[in-house]
Amino acid sequence: MKETPLSNCERRFLLRAIEEKKRLDGRQTYDYRNIRISFGTDYGCCIVELGKTRVLGQVSCELVSPKLNRATEGILFFNLELSQMAAPAFEPGRQSDLLVKLNRLMERCLRNSKCIDTESLCVVAGEKVWQIRVDLHLLNHDGNIIDAASIAAIVALCHFRRPDVSVQGDEVTLYTPEERDPVPLSIHHMPICVSFAFFQQGTYLLVDPNEREERVMDGLLVIAMNKHREICTIQSSGGIMLLKDQVLRCSKIAGVKVAEITELILKALENDQKVRKEGGKFGFAESIANQRITAFKMEKAPIDTSDVEEKAEEIIAEAEPPSEVVSTPVLWTPGTAQIGEGVENSWGDLEDSEKEDDEGGGDQAIILDGIKMDTGVEVSDIGSQDSEEEEMIILEPDKNPKKIRTQTTSAKQEKAPSKKPVKRRKKKRAAN
Amino acid sequence: MEEETHTDAKIRAENGTGSSPRGPGCSLRHFACEQNLLSRPDGSASFLQGDTSVLAGVYGPAEVKVSKEIFNKATLEVILRPKIGLPGVAEKSRERLIRNTCEAVVLGTLHPRTSITVVLQVVSDAGSLLACCLNAACMALVDAGVPMRALFCGVACALDSDGTLVLDPTSKQEKLQQCLAAAQAASQHVFRFYRESLQRRYSKS
Repeated sequence: MKETPLSNCERRFLLRAIEEKKRLDGRQTYDYRNIRISFGTDYGCCIVELGKTRVLGQVSCELVSPKLNRATEGILFFNLELSQMAAPAFEPGRQSDLLVKLNRLMERCLRNSKCIDTESLCVVAGEKVWQIRVDLHLLNHDGNIIDAASIAAIVALCHFRRPDVSVQGDEVTLYTPEERDPVPLSIHHMPICVSFAFFQQGTYLLVDPNEREERVMDGLLVIAMNKHREICTIQSSGGIMLLKDQVLRCSKIAGVKVAEITELILKALENDQKVRKEGGKFGFAESIANQRITAFKMEKAPIDTSDVEEKAEEIIAEAEPPSEVVSTPVLWTPGTAQIGEGVENSWGDLEDSEKEDDEGGGDQAIILDGIKMDTGVEVSDIGSQDSEEEEMIILEPDKNPKKIRTQTTSAKQEKAPSKKPVKRRKKKRAAN
Repeated sequence: MEEETHTDAKIRAENGTGSSPRGPGCSLRHFACEQNLLSRPDGSASFLQGDTSVLAGVYGPAEVKVSKEIFNKATLEVILRPKIGLPGVAEKSRERLIRNTCEAVVLGTLHPRTSITVVLQVVSDAGSLLACCLNAACMALVDAGVPMRALFCGVACALDSDGTLVLDPTSKQEKLQQCLAAAQAASQHVFRFYRESLQRRYSKS
C-alpha cells in the first residue's frame, strides 16, 4: 500500500509549530515519550512501547560451530523486521532502504561496541560456541524506530538466560532448565540510541521525533551511548550540515537521556526478577490493564464434555462416509500414480470428455492432488472450499507434468492446456 | 449473530498448562484479549490463551495492486510471522487455513476491488497456537469493523496417539468426531467471551 502523502498544510503547520518551540503532543524539545517495558513468560522476550511505537524483542540461542577466523568467540546475530502491521507502507518489497539502514545501525550499536562478552559464549574452542540471535519485530510505527529497537534489544539481552553448560575434559554436558538454572549473558554495558531530528537546515532540533515530525524533518542524528558516557555509535543522515557545537550539545543531551532510560530498564528488570522469584504471576497477561474497556479477561473455565460421545455419533450419522484412503502409491500406467484419498473419481462420468491420446489406457481421469490443506476432517457444513486455488499436476507417460489451475478466485483466464479442466469446473458448479 | 465454528483436530501431545486431552472435565486456559492497542492498523487485537499470545493487525478495506484485485469482492490476505527466524512452510500452511476461514466469513462482496490484510505476529507460543491465531484474527476483524456474516473461533483438540488409532481409519474418525464435539462445546465458551468483551466496550454505562 502506498503511504498517504502528507498534505502541505500539515507540513507547514508542523514546521511553524516547531519554530515556536511547540510539539503536537505537548512535549518539550528534549522530552522523551513514555517508555513502557513488559516481559513475557519465557526468558528473553520483551515488548517495549515508546509512546505508541511498539517493538517486540526475542533472544534465542543455539550451539553452532564458530567462524573460522574467530574460533573462540560466540556469534551474535541481529534481525530487525518491520512487520506489515506496523505501517501500511511496509510491504515486503518496499522497505529495503529503511530496513538496511536500521539493521546496520543496530549492528554497529550492539556488535561493534562489544557490549556482550563473546568470549564467554565459547564452549569448546574451535568446535562449539553459542550463537545468540536477537529478533526484533516492529509492531506499530509512530516514529523513532531505532530508539525503541535498541531499548528492546538490550532489555531482551539482559533478560535472557541461556542453558548452563559444563565441560569436563572432553565431555560437554548441556543442562536443561529443569536440571540447572539457566545462566544470564555477560553484558559489559548497555548502549542505547538517542535520536535527534533537525528542521530548517539544522536550526531547530527535537529529541525523539514521532511519525509526523519524522516526515517533515531535514535530517536525523543518532547517538548510541551508555550510562558511562561512552559514545558507541554516531550517525548523521539526511545530508544536513551540523556545526561542531551542535553535535557536542546533542551528545550531552544524549548522556542525560541515556542515564534516565538505563535506570528505567534496570528497574523493570529488577521488578520482573522479583516477581518471578516470589512465584507471582508474570507475563504479558499481567500487563493487560484490567480497567480498560477494550481489554477483557476470563478465568480458566471447565467445559462439560460428558455428552461428547453421543454428539459424535450424531455427527457421524449425518456426515458422508469418508473416502477411502490409500496410503501406498497405486501405479495406474507408467507415469501416472495415485496416493491419498479417493481411489475412484467421484466427479461423475468423464468418459466422454476428451482424453489426451498420450494419456495411455486409463479410462478415468486420475488426478494427483498436489496440495491438500485440510487434515481429512469430515464436517457437514464447511463452505470455505469454493475459493481454494488448487494446483494440480497431471503426470503423463511422456513425463511432462502439466500444471493446471482448476478454480481461481478471479475471473482471469487461466491456462487450460486440455479440455478436461473446463469440464471439471462445470461439473463442480453443478454439484454445488 | 450466527455463530459458526471452525475446529481443528491435531494429533500431537498438548503441552499447554490447562486442558487435559481426554475425559469429561476438560477445561480451557485463562483467556485475555485487548482490542485497539495499535494506532496504525485499522483494527488490532492481542489474544492470550494461558501463555500463548498472538497479536493481530488488520488493514482494510484498502487499496489493492491491480495485479491482485478481484472485480467483485475484496482480496483477503493473511500474513503470519513467527517470533524467531524467517517464516517457513508451517507458517504458509497456517496462513492458508486462516485465510480460508476468514474468506468464508468476511462479506467481501461489499467491498470489491479492495484488499483486507490480516497480519499476525506470534508473541509467545505455549500450545494451541493456531487456535489463538484464529481468535486473534477474529477479534481484530471485529475491531476494524470489517463486515462479517458470522464470528469464528478456534479451539485446539489433542488426541493421544496409540497404535490402534493410527492404523484404523474408522475408529480414528470416531475419536476425531468426539474431538469435534468437545471443541464445539468449548467454542460456546469462546463466543460468550467475545460477547462479554464487546458488551463491555460498547455499552453505554
